[in-house]
Amino acid sequence: MGLHDNGPAERGGPGTDEELAALALKILVAGGFGVGKTTLVGAVSEIRPLRTEELLSEAGERVDDTGGVERKTTTTVAMDFGRITIRSGLSLYLFGTPGQDRFWFLWDELALGALGAVVLADTRRLEDCFPAVDYFEHRRIPFVVAVNCFTDARRYGTTDVARALDLEQGTPVVLCDARDKDSGKEVLIRLVEYAGRVHTARLLDAVGSQADPV
Amino acid sequence: MNGQWYDAEAGPLVRPYAMTGGRTKPGPHGVRFDLIALVVVDPAAGGTGEEALLGPEHRALLGRCRDETQSVAELAADADLPVGVVRVLLGDLLEAGHVKVSRPVPPARLPEMRILREVIEGLRAL
Ligand SMILES: Nc1nc2c(ncn2[C@@H]2O[C@H](COP(=O)(O)OP(=O)(O)OP(=O)(O)O)[C@@H](O)[C@H]2O)c(=O)[nH]1
Ligand SMILES: [Mg+2]
Repeated sequence: MGLHDNGPAERGGPGTDEELAALALKILVAGGFGVGKTTLVGAVSEIRPLRTEELLSEAGERVDDTGGVERKTTTTVAMDFGRITIRSGLSLYLFGTPGQDRFWFLWDELALGALGAVVLADTRRLEDCFPAVDYFEHRRIPFVVAVNCFTDARRYGTTDVARALDLEQGTPVVLCDARDKDSGKEVLIRLVEYAGRVHTARLLDAVGSQADPV
Repeated sequence: MNGQWYDAEAGPLVRPYAMTGGRTKPGPHGVRFDLIALVVVDPAAGGTGEEALLGPEHRALLGRCRDETQSVAELAADADLPVGVVRVLLGDLLEAGHVKVSRPVPPARLPEMRILREVIEGLRAL
């Protein structure tokens, strides 16, 4: 065992995934500052919310344009991280994406291969989730908008929110309480259902647009 | 190991990276493990003799994976190390044949309906 049969150079080679037979699905939780991302991940995760830190040397190069001596910034950024085991060999992993703009590039890695995303919104500051909505729409990553119903916030209907956010037709909007496990579960269920529909539709599209049948 | 110990653009050593010899990118293959890539100990891999050659951080990671299959993110969080450091250490372990690392599922293949239904039912049952 070793380099020759499971080396990462053999992309697409046979074996590894099947051998492991374990599947990990990734869901992102995004949204504006203080909207409840950490709370939501903590409410549904079966493990104590872990934070994982990333060394931002690349970001440093982009952010610090000091000229002259090249300097590496070693800021660390925390991501919320949670897990839900569906059964042995099938788990959902949740990642709360960092809110600050300068960490956007981190999203690209998180978004790669993601099943979908939850965009948390607060109706008092709806505009805070515009960047997240744009991000997932552009990358065609299925997402649901979950309105975290803070007690002192005026309640809006889901259609009001969908209109205000100018969502693409069909993008689900759900009301939730990020502190509540059942509510969080419901959001995730809606997302997985929606991701399934989106994927099926894309498959049909792809089949339909093939010029030559068979 | 005949790979470069220092990346060309490594700059000054960042302390957590001291345990990787200053390397900020995993081995010659240049793999970048996904955060949810799963790491399993290869049962066929070398015995305790070979493991003795590893550093303490490598052995600690290996121990964690032996207890339970772990994702890269969990390993980093549990070990309280930056993900970048864990990736380098895992690259070493992979290269030495101690572990296997699953590739993340490619997006096009991702939501197999059967699996998604299982996920939905699983969530409902929680
Ligand atoms: N009343 C109420 N408070 C909530 C709700 N969700 C979160 N909070 C509170 O709002 C605050 C912010 O929640 P967080 O989960 O830390 O928000 P976040 O999105 O992770 O914040 P950042 O990571 O700083 O962007 C915390 O004090 C939570 O307890 C909710 O549904 N209702
Ligand atoms: Mg937070």
